[in-house]
Amino acid sequence: MSEETTQYKKPLPRPPEPELTAPFWEAAKRHELILPHCTQCDKFFWYPREACPRCLQSDWSWVAASGKARLHTYTVVRQPANPAFAEDVPYAFAVIQLAEDVRMMSNIVECAIPEDLEVNMPLEVVFDDIDNDWTLVKFRPASEN
Amino acid sequence: MSIRGKAAIVGFYEVPTRKEMPDRTTFGLLAEVARGAILDAGLKKDDIDGLITPEQFNSLTVAEALGLQPRFNVSMTTHGASGATSIATAAEAIAAGVVDYVLCVFGESRPRSSSRLRSVAEARDSLPPRSRTTEWEVPYGPVIAMNGWYGLMKQRHMFEYGTTQEQFAKMVVDQRFNASKNVNAVWYEEPVTMDDVLNSRFTNDPLHLLESVMPCSGAHAVIVTSAERAKALPNPPAYILGVGGPATRHDIIWHDEDMTTTPVVDSAPTALQMAEININEVDLAQFYDCYTILAMACLEDAGIVQKGEIGPFYQDTDTTFNGTFPINTDGGQIGAGQTGGTGGGFRHVVEATRQVMGRGGIRQASKTDICMVNG
Repeated sequence: MSEETTQYKKPLPRPPEPELTAPFWEAAKRHELILPHCTQCDKFFWYPREACPRCLQSDWSWVAASGKARLHTYTVVRQPANPAFAEDVPYAFAVIQLAEDVRMMSNIVECAIPEDLEVNMPLEVVFDDIDNDWTLVKFRPASEN
Repeated sequence: MSIRGKAAIVGFYEVPTRKEMPDRTTFGLLAEVARGAILDAGLKKDDIDGLITPEQFNSLTVAEALGLQPRFNVSMTTHGASGATSIATAAEAIAAGVVDYVLCVFGESRPRSSSRLRSVAEARDSLPPRSRTTEWEVPYGPVIAMNGWYGLMKQRHMFEYGTTQEQFAKMVVDQRFNASKNVNAVWYEEPVTMDDVLNSRFTNDPLHLLESVMPCSGAHAVIVTSAERAKALPNPPAYILGVGGPATRHDIIWHDEDMTTTPVVDSAPTALQMAEININEVDLAQFYDCYTILAMACLEDAGIVQKGEIGPFYQDTDTTFNGTFPINTDGGQIGAGQTGGTGGGFRHVVEATRQVMGRGGIRQASKTDICMVNG
């Protein structure tokens, strides 16, 4: 395969604060899912930011997540905002409810869309190595979890 | 402090909402509706000492273009809710005695080309500023405009409450009927059937094309003044009885603990309490309807029906201007068009004023003493 055909044309993650979220992306490259966990509140939060959105204190740490999740809701994209996704339609743009009680946006992969999708279905994390530098966190159907 | 009944809308004007107005400029449209509203209120231009504009057009810039010198200048920042909240802001300033006659003016002549990116190269070369969105959402391929968020919200509402596609479609049918009788509506004389809605393509499942607004050109304006001054003016005043509420944090809808509940759960009780009325005393409603699901969830949260009951309500209720509980009697944004410059939400204010003043013409609902408006 030539370099041109393997080049990833979709948008890469562009962090506004790269140093803040670097541990998350480095963990994803190792195929590990980690989340910000507030020591004060003893709760996870998402997205990562300097201060915990519950108590506004900054003493939080990265903690490994289970990778277990449920499909909170989804929409099937027929007409993407960015034409780089045109060859993927129909695909699922979804809100993922993680077992750690936080929600993130992602895609549901490795299933028929829309036939296999159902709100509240169990999911598990998968890691999509989109190029040498970036790995996206995605989800696929799982047996009951 | 309550501002109950201290301010009133005393004049309004709008130009027809159309898909494109290539021969009109934005400031030309704003000037036309400003002049129309001032004349309708029985005022002169020099009477206007307050100006409220959409976030896209700084109030100082608009004042300069219209030859106004307001001592009270505001550009709203609450996105779609700007139209409705402009009335709260005007009423609050009038009640505080800092301004006498406030012109609220919203609208836009939209550029002919859409803002949609057409090629991979263009997408790559026109990167938005880095944000939490470019890190956590954009890599997963969001949908155009707000279609994605409201598709997600609708899917979840259908799951939690069993709301059906037919029930969503009924709302569109009722509003398109209203719009078909509104010469200012983009869908004038173009009603639709249930099948038309259900057979329209999914922009993104489970959202049908006909459940979404059409971005349009147009403009709307009203004049707000004190209840005392209103008495001397020609139109029957539309008194502002109560206001309230936070706006949707729609940038991060997936964060909200309950994605099918809107900030109207806070704003409606606040407004009703200030107005000293019960929700059962509301005669009709003009509710922000960029998509069916948003208006339907907001109607639930306002207490028009119990949470989760809006589907059966639409199924069993005639909500046209002839109906038992009229909603969006001008067609709403789904029927009349979403005017640019956050004018979409402002049309609900104009139609509420029209109905309360008894100037609805063939669309006049039978009882319009109290109208609830949601932005």
